[in-house]
Amino acid sequence: MTPENRAAYWSATLRLLVTLLVIWFLVSFGFGILLAEPLNGISIGGYKLGFWFAQQGSIYIFLLLILVYVLRMNRIDQQFDVHED
Amino acid sequence: MDLQTLTYIVVGASFALYFAIAIWAKAATTGEFYIAGRGVHPVLNGMATAADWMSAASFISMAGLIGFLGYKGGMYLMGWTGGYVLLAVLLAPYLRKFGKFTVPEFIGDRYYSQTARVVAVICLIFISFTYVAGQMRGVGIVFSRFMEVDILTGLIVGMGIVFVYAVFGGMKGITYTQVAQYVVLIFAYTIPAIFIALQLTGGPIPQIALGSQLADGSNMFLLERLDKIVQDLGFSAYTSTLSGSPMLDMFAITMALMVGTAGLPHVIVRFFTVPRVHDARTSAGWALLFIAILYTTAPAVGAMARMNLMNTVMGPDLTGVEYTAMPGWFKTWEKTGLLKFDDKNKDGKIQYYDDKTKDQAAAAAFTEKGWKGNELTVDRDIMVLANPEIAGLPNWVIALVAAGGIAAALSTAAGLLLVISSSISHDLLKSVFAKGMSEKAELLAGRVAIAAAILIAGYLGANPPGFVAQVVAFAFGLAASSLFPVILLGIFSKRMNKWGAIAGMLSGLIFTLAYIIYFKRDVLLAMPAVPSSEWFLGISPEGIGTVGMVLNFIVAWVVSRITPPPPAHIQHLVEDIRVPRGAGEALDH
Repeated sequence: MTPENRAAYWSATLRLLVTLLVIWFLVSFGFGILLAEPLNGISIGGYKLGFWFAQQGSIYIFLLLILVYVLRMNRIDQQFDVHED
Repeated sequence: MDLQTLTYIVVGASFALYFAIAIWAKAATTGEFYIAGRGVHPVLNGMATAADWMSAASFISMAGLIGFLGYKGGMYLMGWTGGYVLLAVLLAPYLRKFGKFTVPEFIGDRYYSQTARVVAVICLIFISFTYVAGQMRGVGIVFSRFMEVDILTGLIVGMGIVFVYAVFGGMKGITYTQVAQYVVLIFAYTIPAIFIALQLTGGPIPQIALGSQLADGSNMFLLERLDKIVQDLGFSAYTSTLSGSPMLDMFAITMALMVGTAGLPHVIVRFFTVPRVHDARTSAGWALLFIAILYTTAPAVGAMARMNLMNTVMGPDLTGVEYTAMPGWFKTWEKTGLLKFDDKNKDGKIQYYDDKTKDQAAAAAFTEKGWKGNELTVDRDIMVLANPEIAGLPNWVIALVAAGGIAAALSTAAGLLLVISSSISHDLLKSVFAKGMSEKAELLAGRVAIAAAILIAGYLGANPPGFVAQVVAFAFGLAASSLFPVILLGIFSKRMNKWGAIAGMLSGLIFTLAYIIYFKRDVLLAMPAVPSSEWFLGISPEGIGTVGMVLNFIVAWVVSRITPPPPAHIQHLVEDIRVPRGAGEALDH
């Protein structure tokens, strides 16, 4: 693997990580905590939205984030030919 | 069949299963003892991680805590799941690529320093023993309630069982036992929840029931009714964001729990047991899926249990029910001391309300009714344990909950004891004190270390500091402030050197530990309490790990800039762990 290739692989990885972690922060610390009070003004069924993010929603989104991570990393690994056999 | 016999049969059957697995999965090499020979399928590893991770605190205490905290309970739910995102994307695949046996080993190699490795072992021991004390306590509580033996006897039986499969099976035995324990505990947790959801809302899925209308014909939403009941009794509304600790504290606690999760050695090491880097990534996803099944059910259990409790003791008109009319479970739990009734106004009825309420109108109404103070003290831990009885579920469900609680506590205890013993036999003995040790001797040392760790954990369980969940929460703060930052920097910063890492770990650990001991000295050292008004920025000891983590990052960064960069071969090592290919090697070394 050439140094340029290595650097490109790493920056592709970091870009993905930053995107995922921004969403991670937004749904939990953002919607679930800091913005929970205004979001509680909105209701979905019997759930107030801020409450839902704090006790249900953020967990579902965490799961989705890992799923996206696994799929995207597979693609990046293939693209830079660093995947395992 | 009576409950006692049924409980013995169900719990006994689960123990027989664990023993059978222990015999089948005996560890023959150090590779098997430390990391199960790296042959664990990612889905099974996900289940084992989930059982390893979900402790007595998750199973016994969490729903009760949430039930009493309401909205603020979300900090435990997000905090104890969000860490898996960090683990999956920041640590697990890279540590698996590195391909060694223990977390201190990574720190020692990456920071080319035995000192760093020994400091990491010290951090690990503080974290793991804090955590394991809570587990042993959980084992004791479950045994004492369901098997009607005292806590100490329960503790000794629990220790004996872990001893058998951890000492002989090592990581291999523990992993497959944890898979079985996951199955037991998840059924034990979800079955009562499904029954109670059906009773209250007519729908079987707890996650949906929590947001549904009640089936009593009132057309009220469950959470709406709960908000109303608790407010009428002077408590703050269940879904309100304004009650309890301030938002900054909630933020800090959530962060400490998330980062702490990603820094817990017994969780990290589970990702060393899978065959490939790719498996480490998927395995983190499976682990979170298996955990999420319990963690999205818990808030429903908490809310429904609180509502059932209120209905039972206060009646539909919220005036209090005759003590003599209490169901059988009330008396059984009174005997354990986890439920206490004191008839202050001598009217023979139970009044359970917030006698320190800030709502003036409510307070005046209570006085008018002749209430002379709250008469019921409820230990939060009983909310899950008594839940099936409160809801009037059949005896086999109660027996299953007993087996589930024990499974949750034992699986976590075993995982913790393994990382303690491997850090002693592999990181201290083999690499510092007795370098020429044969593999056979190391394996024996590992077994002796795990046996010793079980005895110490048992002692801590018999003399525990505070609540199960509280003690466990401190372990996260310690992990967040000591190990997580240096592992992360070890992967993502080539410039980070040994001086930075050692200084960072020590400052994070010492700061966090000192803060916890200072503000919890009433519980830990039986000294006069320090008022919470003195907390730094209003952050509680549970959340201080977040500040400790920031301190660790700053100290590590500053120290590394004023000391020489790491040697070239370390920079190559970092480059190598960043790419997946080539991870199949190095099974033994």
